Amino acid sequence: MSRIHVTTTINGDETEYLCEPQDTLLDVLRDELDLTGSKEGCASGDCGACSVMLDGRLVCSCLVLGAEAEGRAVETIEGMASGEELHPLQQAFIDKAALQCGICTPGILVAAKDLLERNPDPTEEEVRYWLAGNLCRCTGYDKIIRAVLDTAADMRGAA
Amino acid sequence: MTTGIGARVKRREDKRFITGKGKYTDDVRTENQAYAAFVRSPVAHANVKSIDKSAALEMDGVIDVLDGHQLTGDGIGNIICGWAVTSKDGSPMNMGAWSALATQKVRYVGDAVAVVIAETQQLARLAAEAVDVEYEELPVVAFADKALKDGAPQIHEEAPGNLIYDWEIGDAAKADAGLAEAVHVTEMEITNNRLSPNPMEPRSAVATYDEAEDHYTLYTTSQNPHVARLVLSAFYNVAPEHKLRVIAPDVGGGFGAKIYIYPEEITCLWASMKTNRSVKWTADRSEAFVTDAHGRDHISTAKMGFDADGRITGFKVDTIANLGAYMSLFSSSVPTYLYATLLSGQYDIQNLHANVRAVYTNTVPVDAYRGAGRPEACYLVERMMETAARELGMKPAELRAKNFIREFPHETPVIMTYDSGDFDANLAQAEEAADVNGFPARREEAAKRGKLRGLGYSCYIEACGIAPSAAVGGLGAGVGLWESAEVRVNPVGTIEILTGSHSHGQGHETTFAQIVAERFDQPIENISIVHGDTDKVQFGMGTYGSRSGAVGMSAIVKAMDKVEAKVRKIAAHQLEASEDDIVIEGGEVKVAGTDKALGWHEIGLAAYTAHNLPPDMEPGLKESAFYDPSNFTFPAGTYICEVEVDPDTGTTEIVQFTASDDFGTIINPMIVEGQVHGGIAQGVGQAMLEQVIYDEDGQLITGSYMDYTMPRAADLPNFSVHHASTVCPGNPLGMKGCGEAGAIGSPPAVINAITDAIGNNDLAMPATPQNVWRAYQAASAKQAAE
Repeated sequence: MSRIHVTTTINGDETEYLCEPQDTLLDVLRDELDLTGSKEGCASGDCGACSVMLDGRLVCSCLVLGAEAEGRAVETIEGMASGEELHPLQQAFIDKAALQCGICTPGILVAAKDLLERNPDPTEEEVRYWLAGNLCRCTGYDKIIRAVLDTAADMRGAA
Repeated sequence: MTTGIGARVKRREDKRFITGKGKYTDDVRTENQAYAAFVRSPVAHANVKSIDKSAALEMDGVIDVLDGHQLTGDGIGNIICGWAVTSKDGSPMNMGAWSALATQKVRYVGDAVAVVIAETQQLARLAAEAVDVEYEELPVVAFADKALKDGAPQIHEEAPGNLIYDWEIGDAAKADAGLAEAVHVTEMEITNNRLSPNPMEPRSAVATYDEAEDHYTLYTTSQNPHVARLVLSAFYNVAPEHKLRVIAPDVGGGFGAKIYIYPEEITCLWASMKTNRSVKWTADRSEAFVTDAHGRDHISTAKMGFDADGRITGFKVDTIANLGAYMSLFSSSVPTYLYATLLSGQYDIQNLHANVRAVYTNTVPVDAYRGAGRPEACYLVERMMETAARELGMKPAELRAKNFIREFPHETPVIMTYDSGDFDANLAQAEEAADVNGFPARREEAAKRGKLRGLGYSCYIEACGIAPSAAVGGLGAGVGLWESAEVRVNPVGTIEILTGSHSHGQGHETTFAQIVAERFDQPIENISIVHGDTDKVQFGMGTYGSRSGAVGMSAIVKAMDKVEAKVRKIAAHQLEASEDDIVIEGGEVKVAGTDKALGWHEIGLAAYTAHNLPPDMEPGLKESAFYDPSNFTFPAGTYICEVEVDPDTGTTEIVQFTASDDFGTIINPMIVEGQVHGGIAQGVGQAMLEQVIYDEDGQLITGSYMDYTMPRAADLPNFSVHHASTVCPGNPLGMKGCGEAGAIGSPPAVINAITDAIGNNDLAMPATPQNVWRAYQAASAKQAAE
């Protein structure tokens, strides 16, 4: 099998890599590009630990082939902060202890950021349903939901 | 002080996690990396006739295929259970042999028979499919009650009738007499559903053998890396301890599943030596479902007798515990010393007896999962109490309060000595926070909408701070359960704390630093916490059983006592004062009532320059301590759940969940709340969603997230969490532990609420819409017939 050459944009930077036809985007991110913030929790699209944005759409990178990123834009947790400046959601997760072991956290942050960009004023129920694709075994979701709702309010206030 | 005990200090570990820079085992990259994939049995019980590796070995990139004969031939030892439980007839438990790679027989779906080592993970997995194993299938028994029946398939030669032990605690004659004198006896059959712990990070191992140094390094997803090293060395003969370094870096949740040393870690270490490659293995989720130790799986019958006044006269329990196909590391202790010893609950029960039979089945091994035995005890006692109250026509809170223990210490008939608590205070706080008085109006309002409202209580107690070494040794434990710590004050005054506890979500890097910041009045940013590496930390027993606060932090306190004593001596010498007059405050070491002072950093520097120390004092400022607890600790509390059931569909919504906990001293309330939230979520998961299901052939039906229902954000409410604490007298900080309470206390509260709503006490976990609807229909039919 010959490896596939892919040119794509990751976190704003043009990136090239070679991948096997069967490699997932998650495999490529973790093993080829050393972007290990995206995690494999199930490899079946049920846990959301590998959530990334692909051309502005929230996807499980375990269900996308590496080759499919050709010519597209990928955003991962590593691109969420601007240099040293954390995204307000990241800051809120620290301020409110909305994480414990941290393994699901990158995926949840990516998903929550997408929610707030689509809906700056979600209800608690909307946040709970939006994040229902992201499993967290540690927190019981309570502090996550509160952090997302508080961030939404702060961002609306700042806007 | 804003960073000391009781402060809501932001978690110092979180920056790396929220930026995707945490370093977990699967993120570890080594030179010379190869990958392992296991060849696993697709059948639950079979003789292994032959293993044909030829097709796999011919594949490009396959380095080797290794089997159990090679493993045992190299002297790798069998996997052991580290707690010897003795049957009531005095005979030792019947432990069957467990090899990391099966040689003659496989005993559950997922049992490993060989391992492929290849250049890539994908290739290793493909090659594992190409290994041709011939199985001669044997009859299967997957359920504990069936395994005990005459003629059931025999799983281990060492355990006739599949019985591992038949154990008892308490006084059967007294319990019988107590039941005989009762005016009312409540009887129930109670099943505690089998669960899979499911930390979101699958288990992983990266094993590297360094031939030049004859030394092994293992990165692994462990809650207790030192115990892993000890067991790998002393029992499995992988390498002597001084030739083996175990590192548990960031670990993505444990919940018990990462206490044990599994076949995969043993095999990776051995394979790294065999192939002279660094060997990496990471479970996929379905592999996690068939390899991570499961939890719970009890079948019990219970009788509780009451006098005319509602006081408990006797309590008798008979339990069958499913331990799966092999005895995992602490499996024997879970349904005995971690379960039956808590059957007294919060109540003064003088006549109590429990009998426990542990059995082998053709299923994944069962061991401790968050709570470990105590959720099973709490569920049984609290379902009994609520049901009894309904049968007696009493309020559930009233029946409980009538039987509460109010004097401490209190010795139960099942060998626990409760040291402190105020059960009335937790009950009152929970009832007020849950607005129990307003419940009848809420129920009426729901009824107008065609919904059924229910309220359920749970008054839990647990034994944590595991555990006094001599006491558990006397009960059969193979290890001591102390903890160790080292406090290093550097020449510039910064402080490193090395702890044998391990953080896999608990926030130790924050909480542990808080007690040091308070004690030495130093900025928290000058304090670091080191854990999870056997080359750095002297020793440790790890984190489980809600022990890191009560035991792990107590060890730190003990080491800080020693540091402070030396600091006082140095300061007294240099300031020409009496040691008794030295105080540590404001970041300085002072002579009380004077302006004579040395900066904290000056003490550090003085200790290491050693130019002017008291005569005979050793240079340096570093002390270590081992802390062995004097007793268990006893967190307790009241949980109240309010639900609304749709009678047409059986769909249940938790509308309010209220917790009042007594954890003793709380260091960081924000972190403690998170522990409670997570525990409740797992308890609600057990009560309403989760169940490991096997079919009659021992095939795992729930082997993925499409089949095993994990609690999701949309399934849960926010929780109302409160504290009413009594100080634990047994340790220097007065801590009881908070890690397991939520998972222990919540399942009975949920089920009691649903059974209250539907008017039928006969409801098993998980209370799926189907189960709830059926129970409601049965109750309605019964009512119509009457």
